[in-house]
Amino acid sequence: MSQSSMYGFNWTKIRKKIFSLATLRGISAMVAFTVLWELCSHFSVPIVGNVPPPSSVLKELGQQLVSKTYWVSWVDSFMRISIGFVIAQVLGIPLGLLLGVNRTARELIYPVFEIMRPVPPLAWVPIAVIFWPTNELSMMFVTFLGAFFTVVLNIIGGARSIDARFIRAAYSLGSTRSDIFWKIMVPATLPSIVVGMTVGIGITWAVVVAAEMIASRSGLGFLTWQSYVAGDYPMIIIGMISIGVAGYISSALIRVIGSRMTPWLRTF
Amino acid sequence: MTAAAAPSPLTRGQISIRNVSKMYDPDGARVLAMDNCSMEIEAGEFCVVVGPSGCGKTTLLNAIAGFHGITSGEILIDGEVLCSPNQQASPGSDRIVVFQNGALFPWFTVLENVTFGPVVQGGVNDKVAKDKAREMLSQMGLSGIESNYPSELSGGMRRRVEIARAMMNDPRVLLLDEPFRAMDALTKTVVQQFLLDVYNKHHKTIFFITHDLEEAIFLGSRVYIMTTRPAKIKTVLDIDIPRPRDFRVLSSSSYLRLKKQCIEAVHEEALKAFAAGEREMA
Repeated sequence: MSQSSMYGFNWTKIRKKIFSLATLRGISAMVAFTVLWELCSHFSVPIVGNVPPPSSVLKELGQQLVSKTYWVSWVDSFMRISIGFVIAQVLGIPLGLLLGVNRTARELIYPVFEIMRPVPPLAWVPIAVIFWPTNELSMMFVTFLGAFFTVVLNIIGGARSIDARFIRAAYSLGSTRSDIFWKIMVPATLPSIVVGMTVGIGITWAVVVAAEMIASRSGLGFLTWQSYVAGDYPMIIIGMISIGVAGYISSALIRVIGSRMTPWLRTF
Repeated sequence: MTAAAAPSPLTRGQISIRNVSKMYDPDGARVLAMDNCSMEIEAGEFCVVVGPSGCGKTTLLNAIAGFHGITSGEILIDGEVLCSPNQQASPGSDRIVVFQNGALFPWFTVLENVTFGPVVQGGVNDKVAKDKAREMLSQMGLSGIESNYPSELSGGMRRRVEIARAMMNDPRVLLLDEPFRAMDALTKTVVQQFLLDVYNKHHKTIFFITHDLEEAIFLGSRVYIMTTRPAKIKTVLDIDIPRPRDFRVLSSSSYLRLKKQCIEAVHEEALKAFAAGEREMA
């Protein structure tokens, strides 16, 4: 197995995976799907046949991949989710830990938090557009909200469900309260932080796409919506695929980061 | 905990439990967990407490460890008052607890776990602590796993590492709350022998709770049999089997005689506990 491990990848294993029966089946299913889709469109099958066919989508895709405006949409959307998401973590993680650990803080702050949380981030778009000076800031605010509530909630849950015997064991070994916080509570809560981040990135993408459709002039969501308005239907499909790919990349990134943060969970 | 003139290792860890009672929720349900319990544990004694489940043995251990207080009586360690109705002990590294389901910190490696005590207590160089930990682990036959996480170890190894973690802090007394309960019989024999070897080497006072009579007689110097709730000490058995002990003890005549005595004493309590609706023993 270690014979062909160039650059730390197990090439034998990868080769096996690529040429396996499972892959073959997957690929043939995708080909069949695409062919069926093309045929439906060609023969004007009702409802399904109205979707732009793969042939026109692929043609348009070829043009888009070399178009500057297309990639600028990617950058704009990614900028919004990155900034909104990162700020949500920077503010949300300490707040979550505070509310999870400190009863006074929880009793003071949590009620207000719980009142605001049920309002979906998208419902905030109109008011955000009004009070933020620029559209861009209002977009980032809305993306921030989705991830923020998620991560705080997950951390509170995680912090409050730490098994008491770890805390007792730590005290028994001579810890101070500060040790308990930094060496027990924070590491014990890391898995729920990772969960918060993983769920949060999904929510953030959903919010960004919709927010762009409503209130923006750039980004992948705007691109998709604009294509509908302009009547460029193959472009809608391209927009959807792009959003899917972008979301997948973000989730994969978060998964890698999450796995780095919690090395002790990697074993199984 | 004030440190008086430091007693020598063989005389540290003398515990006196005098007329201790613990009532939970005195203003409400008034559950009497312990009623006038008295024990005199010598320094370096391997003391085992046996009794039906739910009888209050853990309550006593928790009081010594400092996780809660007592409502009457007093507990002294090496002559100083550890806790009384007015004064709850605080948990400390002189009375380290090994828990039933294990409390190795999953997010730390074995080495980080074992050095946890010295590190948080401060005053010790990180490298020195690590070297000492490595040495202790290898003495205990646990070398090679320093960089592993607890989830990568078997149950038996985890329990041994936890005992090593406790021993790193040179406690006056090691408190073990049914530590081997969740193990299969084969692993249990290995870890029991491990604990015996640690005891033979370091001679710490050990306060060991179990419901397993055979384990109690195999390990202990003295077995204290507790009644059902509210717990009192019913009988004290001196285990006169010489040390060092190994599995061959389990078929000796003195072991079997002691086991018979123990069963008779405990069975009566077990029936009472069962009748009172407690969980059955074992």
